[in-house]
Amino acid sequence: MEATKVLDAKGFACPMPIIKTKKAIGELETGQVLEVHTTDKGAKNDLTAWAKSGGHEVLKYEEENSVLTFWIKKG
Amino acid sequence: MTVNVMTSKEVTKTVFNNEELFILDVRNASDFNDWKIEGENFEYLNVPYFELLDGVEEIMEEIPTNKKVLVVCAKEGSSVMVAEMLSDAGLNVSYLKGGMKAWSEHLEPVKVGDLNDGGEIYQFVRIGKGCLSYMVLSNGEAAVIDATRMTDIYLDFAENMGAKIKHVIDTHLHADHISGGRTIAEKTDAVYWLPPKDATEVTFDYQPLEDGNDITIGNTTINIAALYSPGHTIGSTSFAVDKKFLISGDILFIDSIGRPDLAGKAEDWVGDLRETLYKRYRELSEELIVLPAHFMIIDELNDDGSVSEKLGALFVKNHGLNIEDENEFRKLVTENLPPQPNAYQEIRETNMGKINPDMDQQREMEIGPNRCAVR
Repeated sequence: MEATKVLDAKGFACPMPIIKTKKAIGELETGQVLEVHTTDKGAKNDLTAWAKSGGHEVLKYEEENSVLTFWIKKG
Repeated sequence: MTVNVMTSKEVTKTVFNNEELFILDVRNASDFNDWKIEGENFEYLNVPYFELLDGVEEIMEEIPTNKKVLVVCAKEGSSVMVAEMLSDAGLNVSYLKGGMKAWSEHLEPVKVGDLNDGGEIYQFVRIGKGCLSYMVLSNGEAAVIDATRMTDIYLDFAENMGAKIKHVIDTHLHADHISGGRTIAEKTDAVYWLPPKDATEVTFDYQPLEDGNDITIGNTTINIAALYSPGHTIGSTSFAVDKKFLISGDILFIDSIGRPDLAGKAEDWVGDLRETLYKRYRELSEELIVLPAHFMIIDELNDDGSVSEKLGALFVKNHGLNIEDENEFRKLVTENLPPQPNAYQEIRETNMGKINPDMDQQREMEIGPNRCAVR
């Protein structure tokens, strides 16, 4: 999937993945896609809930070798 | 204002003493609704931390200034952040050390009784998850029953009591938590007892625990008499300890009864469950004090934090023991069951020795309440 920007938040514990994602999304235009990599398992529910409450859309989610990858479209 | 730290042990005291506490839980709503810190006089506010990144102004009015405030999250990090923000805004608050992860792993030992000739029995209350395990001590020897995976707590406790663990027993193959039984037995050279009917697929050696087996602790006669009591699992076994206590495993709880569906089909075992609760247990002394492997709600705790009740009292007040009609009973334990415990299949496979998840994976698997009962 084509992303406008890639955020590497691997190795960071909660709440850092979301703080970094929020900042990165803030730098994008509506409709652009942010790809987020994290190793924080809690991010699965939290990033999804955060995106929803902020009006963003999680287009795709993958989990491989304990790295979670999200593609989030800015709303 | 400074940010204070509260440990799981301190929160446990708050629960046992029925004290007031205001919990600001900053996990996401689904995690909060699934599982939280329960207390008789606790108040709650759930606002996910990711909605507070820009500030806490919006929730300031909802946080009381006249009672203790505890900020809680999954692992600690976010609760520290929110607690610091609240503190900067002038409030006096604490965060939970280690978060819900630590809460889930905290064990509080409570003495539940004296046994013959100086023996003692302790209940280990896993307050965050509702699991109960036991240590029987006598004359420098100990038996551990239904141990959790926090094995150091039992090993240290026995050492402090000057006792050597000789027997480790699981009443059944657990589906809601990872057993520490095998690890404790390996570290102490103790005998590990399991009901053979639950152990057909295990990958390690064990001592078969069968109806009528007697286990003696110490050189006095603290007798642990096994009573086959199937229904939650096909192998579930109870113990009469010193003819005073009935360790009931996941068959009978204080305010509920075991569910028969976690290791197969509910329909297959409902008859066994009925037979155990309505025939086998009825033949026992009503004076026996029931010590279950779980509690479901905080109301089941006695004033000292322990969970126990006389068998005779349960025959009167436990709804699951008072359903005369067999069909109605069948319905209760097979229909409208609560959701199954998180990862219960993987937990069973771990307890059989088939898979060996690392510590983080084990924690992940055990997240949430135990859900082994039906009311």
